[in-house]
Amino acid sequence: MKWFEQICMRFAARSRIKSPWLLHFDCGSCNGCDIELLACLTPVYDVERFGIINVGNPMHADILLVTGTVNPRNSKVLQNLYDQMPEPRTVVAVGSCGLSGGIFRDAYNVLGGIDQVIPVDVYVPGCPAKPEAIIDGVVRALEKKKARVPAEAGVAEA
Amino acid sequence: MSALMLSMIIGVLGAPLLGGLIVGADRIVTARLQGRIGPPLIQPFYDAVKLLSKERMVVNVWQGFCAYAYLMAALISVVLFFMQSDLLLIFFVQAVGATFLVVGALSSTSPFSQVGAHRELLQVLSYEPLIVLTIVGIYLETGSFRIEDVLSWDRPLLFRLPFLFVALGYALTIKLRKSPFDLSTSHHAHQELVKGVLTDYSGLNLALTEIAHWYEIVLLLGFCALFWATHWIGMVVLLLVAYFFEIIVDNATARMTWRWMIGYVWAMGLALAAVNLVWLAMG
Repeated sequence: MKWFEQICMRFAARSRIKSPWLLHFDCGSCNGCDIELLACLTPVYDVERFGIINVGNPMHADILLVTGTVNPRNSKVLQNLYDQMPEPRTVVAVGSCGLSGGIFRDAYNVLGGIDQVIPVDVYVPGCPAKPEAIIDGVVRALEKKKARVPAEAGVAEA
Repeated sequence: MSALMLSMIIGVLGAPLLGGLIVGADRIVTARLQGRIGPPLIQPFYDAVKLLSKERMVVNVWQGFCAYAYLMAALISVVLFFMQSDLLLIFFVQAVGATFLVVGALSSTSPFSQVGAHRELLQVLSYEPLIVLTIVGIYLETGSFRIEDVLSWDRPLLFRLPFLFVALGYALTIKLRKSPFDLSTSHHAHQELVKGVLTDYSGLNLALTEIAHWYEIVLLLGFCALFWATHWIGMVVLLLVAYFFEIIVDNATARMTWRWMIGYVWAMGLALAAVNLVWLAMG
C-alpha cells in the first residue's frame, strides 16, 4: 500500500498549489490597487483557471492580499485577520503603500508597510500594481509555499 | 447479497467521485457562459483535499460533530438510494443531514453564520414539501414507494408527472445552491453574508460539508433520473437537459430575498404539484 500512500501525499501536496483561495484586505488603500486586484477575476485575466477564488472569510483563505498603508487602528484588524487564517498561509503585500507606506509614509498616523504588523512573503510593487504583477506575486507566493510543503507533508521521506 | 454489496460500494465511493466531477463540469460550463476558460475538471477535488490538509480551527466541538452527521446522513441516503430502498426513508434521512448542517451553523456566535442558518432553514421549508409531493406522485402512479418498483415500471414517469418534474426542478435549484435561491450560501465569490451557513465551517469541517454536498447532488439527480427509468439513454439525456437548464438559470438570474423565495416556490411549486396530483387522481 506504499504506492497508494505516495499517490495520496503527492495529490495532497499538489492540491495545496492548485487551490489557492485569496482573502483581500484593503488596509486603507486609495482603491487603485483594489480595482486592479478585482480585474484579475474578470474574463480578461480569469484567475479561476488556476483554482483561485476570492473568498471573504479568513478561515477559508490560503493567501492574504493586503493593499494600502497600516495605521494604529487597522493594524489590529490586519493582525486579527492574519491570526484567523489556518496554516499553511502566505501574505502578499500589494502596491507601493502596502510595501513601505508609499507617498503616505511620512504621515503622522502611518506606521509604514504591511510588514510592520505581520510577516510578508511576497512584495508586489506598483502604483497601482498591474493585474499581471499581482498574478505573478500570487504565483511566487505559491512557489514559496511549494518549497515549504514537502517537509510538512512528509513527501521528502517517501 | 453480492449485488447488494456492490451497490453499497458504488454508493459510498462512486457517488462523491461523480458528484465532484459534476461540480467541476458545472464550473467549466459556467465559466464558458461568462466568456472565461474556467478551472480544471478535477478542481473540486483539489479544493476538498487542500481543505482536508489545512490546520484544524474549530469554533466549537458541536460544529465538528454536525459536519460529520451531515456527511453521514448524505452518505446513508445515497447508499439507500443505490440499494433501491424506500423513497420516503431516503428523503427523511437526507432531511436529518440538512438539519445538522443548520444546527452546526447555529452553534457558533458569528452573525453571518446565524443569519445563514436561518435562511438555510427557510430554504429547507421551501423545497421539502415539493420533494414529498413528488414522492407522493410517484406512489400514486406506480403504487409503491420502493425504488425497485419504480425502476421496473414500463413507462417513463415524466409523461404522467410532468408538472411534478418542474416542481422538483425548483427543489433541485435550491438544493444545488443556484441563483435565484442561493440565499444561505453560494459557490461564487463572497455574498452579503460572506459564506452564509458555511462561514464558520473551515478546514476539515468545510471539506466534509463539501463532500456531503456532492452526495446530495447525486441523490437529487437520482430523484430526477427516476422520471425516465425505462432506458439509460433517456435517463442521461433528461439529466443533462435538467442540469444544463439549472446552469442557465444560475447565470441568468440574480439572488432574491427569502420572502420572494417562499412565496414564489410555494405558489408555483405547490400549484404545479397539486395540478399534477389531481390529474393522477382523476386517472
